[in-house]
Amino acid sequence: MTTTAQTTTRTGLALRGVTLTYPDGESRLTALDDVTLEVAPGEFTAVAGPSGSGKSSLLAVAATLQRPDRGQVLIDGLDAGALGDRERTALRRERLGIVFQQSNLLASLTAVEQLLVLESVRGGRPSAARSRAEELLASVGLDGAKQRRRPHQLSGGERQRVNIARALFGRPSVLLVDEPTSALDHERGAQIVGLLAEITRSHGTATVMVTHDRDLLGRVDRVLEMHDGRLA
Amino acid sequence: MDSAAAAARVDGRTAHLHRKVPVFVALSDIRFAKGRFALMGAVVTLITMLVVFLYGLTGGLAAAASSTVAGLPADRIVFGAPAGAAATVSFGNSVVSAGQQAAFAAAPGVGAAHPLGVSLTRLTASDAAVSVSVLGSPAALLPPLRQGAAPADGQVAVGADTAAEYHLAVGGQVRVGPSTLTVSGVTEQRSYSHAPTVWTTLATWEQLSGQSRPTVLALTGSPSGGAALDAAQGTTTVALADALAGINGFSAEQGSLQLIQGFLFAVSALVVGAFFTVWTVQRRPDIAVLKAVGASSGYLVRDALAQAAAVLLGGALLGGAAGGTGGLLAASAVPFDVGPATVAVPVAAMVLLGLAGAALAVRRITSVDPLAALGASR
Repeated sequence: MTTTAQTTTRTGLALRGVTLTYPDGESRLTALDDVTLEVAPGEFTAVAGPSGSGKSSLLAVAATLQRPDRGQVLIDGLDAGALGDRERTALRRERLGIVFQQSNLLASLTAVEQLLVLESVRGGRPSAARSRAEELLASVGLDGAKQRRRPHQLSGGERQRVNIARALFGRPSVLLVDEPTSALDHERGAQIVGLLAEITRSHGTATVMVTHDRDLLGRVDRVLEMHDGRLA
Repeated sequence: MDSAAAAARVDGRTAHLHRKVPVFVALSDIRFAKGRFALMGAVVTLITMLVVFLYGLTGGLAAAASSTVAGLPADRIVFGAPAGAAATVSFGNSVVSAGQQAAFAAAPGVGAAHPLGVSLTRLTASDAAVSVSVLGSPAALLPPLRQGAAPADGQVAVGADTAAEYHLAVGGQVRVGPSTLTVSGVTEQRSYSHAPTVWTTLATWEQLSGQSRPTVLALTGSPSGGAALDAAQGTTTVALADALAGINGFSAEQGSLQLIQGFLFAVSALVVGAFFTVWTVQRRPDIAVLKAVGASSGYLVRDALAQAAAVLLGGALLGGAAGGTGGLLAASAVPFDVGPATVAVPVAAMVLLGLAGAALAVRRITSVDPLAALGASR
């Protein structure tokens, strides 16, 4: 299937002057304060900061799951703010990969089916994409019988690998990673971050990882600090 | 790049992808949660079986109460009334005069106005007696004959089942009410007010029923200026189908059974709706994730409806088969109407109403915020 994601120049992710506020009683709480960020294809950027600093809000806005009060979110040059809900859904389908904090896998699906469901979502035939899904899972270190296991039959690290493979299945331009090591021990967390760094290079994704774990930032290209909704 | 043009490209490229019905998640969920879906399917099966039984019984009872009238080769029925009373749609109260018959026979648009006498009495044959309905009519109103001929005065034609049950044969003698009549023929089986019908001439009917005038007129065609004619003649003329309401107890009996059917359909829609409401609530985290990775609400709603359709079709078909088989077995003991519609109509109604209930439930999918997929806890 030829998609715009493949045919349009991949320019990565850009946030320009993004401000996001939430109602807080009679006033408003500023979650993102005039945030500007550009991540090029093949670049692995980490955003670190304490809880409540705005990391999750940054990810939500970049994932087009939340509209900012002000500013622009550009995915491969497409202004997400100019898109309607259906178009933003299509944008996520075609250009974004999201690695969730918890693995967020569907309980009824096996590891390989977690990827195949995306082919169904995209209107394709899941059976036709099986070999690619199996290759992708193998590339993140999950092969053989484990591909046919359901989430409750996998370890936390294995579930996170499925989560990553699922995010890559749509050949995204932008990979957004939300606290990927929060449920893992240090060794497995380091493996996952290393895997994300390799993927960023090999797949040419513009990768943004938000994390509060500063021990795992050795493999990233750039670390940005977030405090009170501002990037530094 | 111009954002609006790009947006159009994004949307245009994927719009065609979501027209077909997705079943990937739907079928996976059913396989995964076999117990829950089997339970729901069993409920649908049992309700469908019950509705098929009731539907067949309703049809069977309707036939037992009305097949004589419903099968008349007539278009309209004219009801009269005794002197001083207003005509109503009631075979029990109606009586028509020779003058009324002549007026309707002469009315433009009427092909024929046949007098028809209707009464209930007892038939005694061999050592058995049975309640029968006796219809006195010209030969033109008789059901198709299987043997013999239409009755002349002093003769009677009986239904095939009645003839078989009471060993009646053409040329034999049978006592109908106070009169002994000769069996002239065997007709297709008909019944009126749950009593098998026997047919005789109007003169013989008057003799054995003690009536001097026929009960109603059976018209072919439709009189022009019917309302004025009714007003002038003191009659009430209705279409043949509407005349069934004039059979004692027919409307109440059918209404009761149809009300029970309606309740069962409503219960079914509510049960299915409740199941899928709970199921949708339980699936909210999964729905949020699917939306976050690009599934549209339309895709998810179609997927959920496909899931409901699979459960409903499986359950309803099984229930239809069980109900139809049970009805066939019971047909010899109870008035059960056996036919394709007996199963097909309740099964179709169950599926459609169940889908309506499911549709109300799964509309909640549209309100699930994909942002929830980024929540710290599930």
